[in-house]
Amino acid sequence: MKIIIIGGGIIGTFIGRELSKYDVEITLIEKNLDIAWGTTKANSAVLHPGYDDEPGTMRAKLCSRGNYLHYQLAKELDYEVKNTGDLVVAFNEDERKILEELILRGAKNNVPGLTLLEGNEIFQKEPNLNKEIKYALWAPTGGIIEPWGAAIAALENAMMNGLKLILGEKVIDFEKRNKKIYKVYTNRASYEADIIINAAGLYGDEIAKIAGSEFQPIHPRRGEYILLDKKMGNIVNSVIFPTPTPKTKGILVLPTIDGGLLLGPTAEDLPEDQKDNTSTSVAGIRKIIEETQKLVPSLDISYAIKTFAGLRAETPNKDFFIKLSEKVNNFINVIGIRSPGLTAAPAIAEYVVEEIIIEEMKINLTKKKNFIPFRRKIKKYSELPLEDWNEEIKRDPSCGKIVCYCNQVTEREIIEAIKRGANTIDGIKFRTRASFGRCQGNFCAPKILEILSRELNKDISEIFLNSENSWILNGRVRK
Amino acid sequence: MDIKWEGEKMKTDIVVIGGGAAGLGAALSAYKEGVDVVLIEQEDRIGGILNQCIHNGFGLHYFKNELTGPEYAEIFIEKIENTSIKILLNAYLHSIDSINKKIYVITPSGIECIETKAIIIATGARERPFGSLLIPGKRLSGIFTAGVAQKYINILNILPGKRALILGSGDIGLIMARRLTLEGIEVVGVVERLPYPGGLLRNVIQCLEDYNIPLYLSSTVIEVKGEGRLEEVIVSKVDETFNPIPNTETSFKVDTLILSAGLIPKTEDILNGKLEIDKTSKGFSVSNLGQTSLDFVFAAGNCTIIYDLVDYVTIEGEKAGKYAALYVKGEKFPPKIPIKKGQNIGIIFPNYYVPIEDLTLYIRVRKPIEKGIIKVGDFAKEYKDLVPSEILRIKIPSKEVENLSEIEVSVEEVTLYD
Repeated sequence: MKIIIIGGGIIGTFIGRELSKYDVEITLIEKNLDIAWGTTKANSAVLHPGYDDEPGTMRAKLCSRGNYLHYQLAKELDYEVKNTGDLVVAFNEDERKILEELILRGAKNNVPGLTLLEGNEIFQKEPNLNKEIKYALWAPTGGIIEPWGAAIAALENAMMNGLKLILGEKVIDFEKRNKKIYKVYTNRASYEADIIINAAGLYGDEIAKIAGSEFQPIHPRRGEYILLDKKMGNIVNSVIFPTPTPKTKGILVLPTIDGGLLLGPTAEDLPEDQKDNTSTSVAGIRKIIEETQKLVPSLDISYAIKTFAGLRAETPNKDFFIKLSEKVNNFINVIGIRSPGLTAAPAIAEYVVEEIIIEEMKINLTKKKNFIPFRRKIKKYSELPLEDWNEEIKRDPSCGKIVCYCNQVTEREIIEAIKRGANTIDGIKFRTRASFGRCQGNFCAPKILEILSRELNKDISEIFLNSENSWILNGRVRK
Repeated sequence: MDIKWEGEKMKTDIVVIGGGAAGLGAALSAYKEGVDVVLIEQEDRIGGILNQCIHNGFGLHYFKNELTGPEYAEIFIEKIENTSIKILLNAYLHSIDSINKKIYVITPSGIECIETKAIIIATGARERPFGSLLIPGKRLSGIFTAGVAQKYINILNILPGKRALILGSGDIGLIMARRLTLEGIEVVGVVERLPYPGGLLRNVIQCLEDYNIPLYLSSTVIEVKGEGRLEEVIVSKVDETFNPIPNTETSFKVDTLILSAGLIPKTEDILNGKLEIDKTSKGFSVSNLGQTSLDFVFAAGNCTIIYDLVDYVTIEGEKAGKYAALYVKGEKFPPKIPIKKGQNIGIIFPNYYVPIEDLTLYIRVRKPIEKGIIKVGDFAKEYKDLVPSEILRIKIPSKEVENLSEIEVSVEEVTLYD
């Protein structure tokens, strides 16, 4: 049984990991030079409890289950999650009514522990919130996650269990006979397939179109963000939401996994042909500042270290489109994965394998006998007790060579990231957090380039920031 | 801080953190006072940022001689190599236990725990990163801070691009405009949001005018465009409050944007919350002896205020070194007098005056002043052509200020009539 997954985001990698429990041949094809560089790398990084989604939708079905699974899987796969809880705040009685609706909705969606807080109960949890806030919905299962870290973890574990990863190849065609795909063509090669899973994110509709499958049109919904220095990281303890509107959950204030603070996102619907428009804008940044200062008045935006924008895959009916195609019998669409797709990802993977492949397609999958459930992340030496760190240095001096000063990343960690597949500056950044800190790589980028060049045996001017267009250096000053 | 483990234990009188101009000056002058000194440097050589500043203009005040950065550094490096000062390279400051006066340092040969009597912080500055400027656009390659671009060219022998625009007319931006031009990169202009250049006048002439590089004043970058690599930068005129003026946009097709958007004193993660920080300079707040708000901790150089001449950094480093050594030897200093910023003062150094020597003040005015009277307590002196880009260094005899309970420094603008 040959299964091809198209797309190496949080969805493709989690499906890959779920499938790798079975005796099947899995190939994951990703068009970028690394995984998790689409929607997965630029989003709010929140684990939603699941009270926001209308009962009956796929979102409602999969969100709270995904939330539960992430906390379990994070231990197995050693990726970063933090159960901070989340607060939806209300300034008046009208907003309070919406919170009460959310509590009812949450009950239908099996969300545990929802409570309505009033007055001081709110400020005991979050002393820096605007004192005009009157009510808040407390959702104890809310949390934060390192999304790319989760995708990398799932992929690495799937690869330990046999998944084959193809990077830098774009799917351009399919060979079909009798409503069935036999072969997947990329711009470089072709792959035989018994089942094809379309997890191509923003481009999922285009892949479905090429395959001749039914699909939901996908347009990008742009969300801009501001990332603040760790000095602002303690201003809130949990994820702070305004009262949602029918269109969006609003602009949030939340701590990040590595101790910084994230503000955003905006929600701007872009036309279908702007799936690469990750530009930030004056209006967007201004809006984030205004909205978040309403929630946390003491926010000091001078601590900003980065702005960025991500694109969510939005569909007209605002729901996930996870279906076996009726027109192409072995083609499964897992597209339209808008919010809360990151939270739902492990539940989506479970659904695709258990309910679509095993139940609906009646495919007899057998569990691997020697499945390895565990994966360990790159060891972060600065998290060790000094005594243990010292012993590691005595064994390998590169454990004592700090490359990224802001986040205390050692040369050993960079080398390990390269061994695990990083081949660009961003690849290193997302695996080790080197250059993620307040200096944004001003001190460490030249050193990381040198290490990449040495370890990959490439000239330093052949190293990219991320994509093949993103050259960094232009040859020698003098030969 | 509760670290029980003591590691490779080392004992000394003074630990200097940072081996740039301030740290070298501090280490040498402390050593001259006869105390034991350990110098820790996180890079693989000492000399700091001077190593990559291969242009000349260093040392005019201190040596009465014009040197390049590496030449300037070399003088101190040679001196230090002839002392018993212990230098730890590739040594990263992990933490300071301020109660037991212990410093934990990560090095490739192990983790050191250094027990000391005083500390001199000489961590220098870092460059304001592109991300903090909130400039709209995609996140692209080809955007470098000036210091990083300088390191690529001068240390690593690599060119960062083919055609460049420079944002910010601080000295390092101006110097990089010349440097890039000399290496064959076409520099299409320098953009400055202020109505006057941010760097020294001599650099405007020697680095821009001599090479016909245009300087766009009252202008800023409002957008960066490209796919992967930078391809285009949009520049707009700005009003007095730095807001872009509509319909004044110009497009520059460049693959490289060099930022010279200012330096920030590096104070982070050093005794967090325990040391007073100056709200304007964002550097460590110190007395004229270099002493911080913790009596055994001294600080000097760009981690206090951003200087425009390395000579001043050396001088203040030496002073901190000397007084840290006297502190270690048990000398008691008289009480310190706070120095307060009055009108038209942007940045002032030091924050406190301990009256055991004349007071040397470093002043950056808030705006250009053609003619002004500097007042320090009862002391007053007239100065011409004061600009924010150039630090004014003045000496006030101790008898003028030693009996004050607070020293206010201000500049009174003298209106000119023709």
